[in-house]
Amino acid sequence: MPLYAEKNTAISGIGQSEIFRKPQVLPFELATRACELAITDAGLRPEDIDGVAAWPSVPSGTVAGFGTAALSDIAATLGIRPNWWSGADNAAQLSPILEAVAAIAAGYATHVLCWRALGERWVPSYGSAATKAGFQLMAPSGYIEYLLPFHAPSAAIWCAIHASTHFARYGITREQMGAIPIVQRRNAALNPKAIYREPITMDDYMSARMIATPLSLLDCDVPCDGTTAVIVSRLDAARDLKQPPIVIEAVGAGARDRMDTWIARYDYPHMALHDAAAMMWSRTDLKPKDVSTAHLYDGFTSLTLAWLEALGFCGEGESGAFVEGGQRISLDGELPINTNGGQLSEGRMHGFGHLHEAVLQLRGQAGERQVKDARVSVIGNGGGSVGGAALLRRDG
Amino acid sequence: MSDSAATVKRLLPQITEANRHFWCGGADGRLHILRCGACGTWIHPYAARCPKCRSDSVAPEAISGLGTVAGFTINHQPWIRGLETPYVVALVELAEQANIRLMTNMPRTPIEAVRIGLPVKVFFEPDGEIFVPLFEAA
Repeated sequence: MPLYAEKNTAISGIGQSEIFRKPQVLPFELATRACELAITDAGLRPEDIDGVAAWPSVPSGTVAGFGTAALSDIAATLGIRPNWWSGADNAAQLSPILEAVAAIAAGYATHVLCWRALGERWVPSYGSAATKAGFQLMAPSGYIEYLLPFHAPSAAIWCAIHASTHFARYGITREQMGAIPIVQRRNAALNPKAIYREPITMDDYMSARMIATPLSLLDCDVPCDGTTAVIVSRLDAARDLKQPPIVIEAVGAGARDRMDTWIARYDYPHMALHDAAAMMWSRTDLKPKDVSTAHLYDGFTSLTLAWLEALGFCGEGESGAFVEGGQRISLDGELPINTNGGQLSEGRMHGFGHLHEAVLQLRGQAGERQVKDARVSVIGNGGGSVGGAALLRRDG
Repeated sequence: MSDSAATVKRLLPQITEANRHFWCGGADGRLHILRCGACGTWIHPYAARCPKCRSDSVAPEAISGLGTVAGFTINHQPWIRGLETPYVVALVELAEQANIRLMTNMPRTPIEAVRIGLPVKVFFEPDGEIFVPLFEAA
């Protein structure tokens, strides 16, 4: 096997702001705090950071919204003078990590600060106001022009349609899927930052308000304000820092096929996440049985099921039976998933929450929700039109 | 979706030379999809070469407008002001080639009759120069 570049890199620092369901602090301030925390966590100084990467790329001066912190604004705020920067846009939310790996391999940077900054709740037009106004979107172009005209403005609808096909083909039920939000809520009770920490029952799940069949309100993640930051460093440099390095063992990306993969793939209802998972496993000798914890995208619960199958934790069509009852995916089960409560309970930290939690688990810093002797963790981000996967492990 | 829902303005694309055949082609009552003149592969959306044989002989052609429901959701969330819920958003695979899939609505078919595998046929909802392709039980 070639020496893939990610094996020479590690997560050296992590930081996360408060997570707010109701807007309380300017999202750019939250982004600043998360970046400061990550730099401090690594034992670095801002002037040691020589690369920055974040997705989505937003213009300078952006302080709230889907992306709240421009590369240049964070650099100016923290006094960073990067050699290299990237408004990464390939492997879904993990793309800054893949870009950082490439930059380190090329020698452009040694310590790359990456973040995902969310301020969707801050936007005054969010939620009921947006509904009242109707979706004031531009005339769609690109793949979205074949989705939006059919009163389908949300990824909830697109994912629901994929799930309908998948569920029908393999007999997966809502009761089976319901184990995921229930288990994650139980995990969230052990996470002081999580937005929703009260337990939910199967009755709660089955009676929850339907959004788009088969997805109910409890299958949809929770928009929030907050930022997660991580530092990707060259491995030898990471070994000199404060925290034990968490090595990036393998990465994968997927965004192939026609119409950005939402509906035109030859293998529908597979998605980009299936390509990302396959690419990741092709770059490592580790196998699914080696994984201690899994941090799988849960923008909608059906995506978590799809990731379980794509990553080979169960066979095609077997994810419903795999999670049924919840024992297997619980903290003390054979494959604990989304140990922080995931986006369904902690909040939509948009993939980087999963990344942060994986590092905590591998460092043994996950507190009450620590999985015993976690050595290898997998992260699957995104799903439909873009997907990214990463396998992390302890050093040595 | 009742008839009143049909009066809610759809978010429609800008017409370009790449998509005109699809969005405006229904003026003659038929669905038009790009097709490779060399090997017959149907292509949607636009591409300048056939993805199968790389031919540059790619042009719109009328297609049967028949297909089957590959997946669907009954949407309950009021995303769009004035639009009555619930309504069906369906994914239709065209009869000629399974990987030509169209997102669509099925306002003429009772919600309870929509199922995966249901045979469907196209009809059009005109809006200016655009003819939005919708489907109903065949």
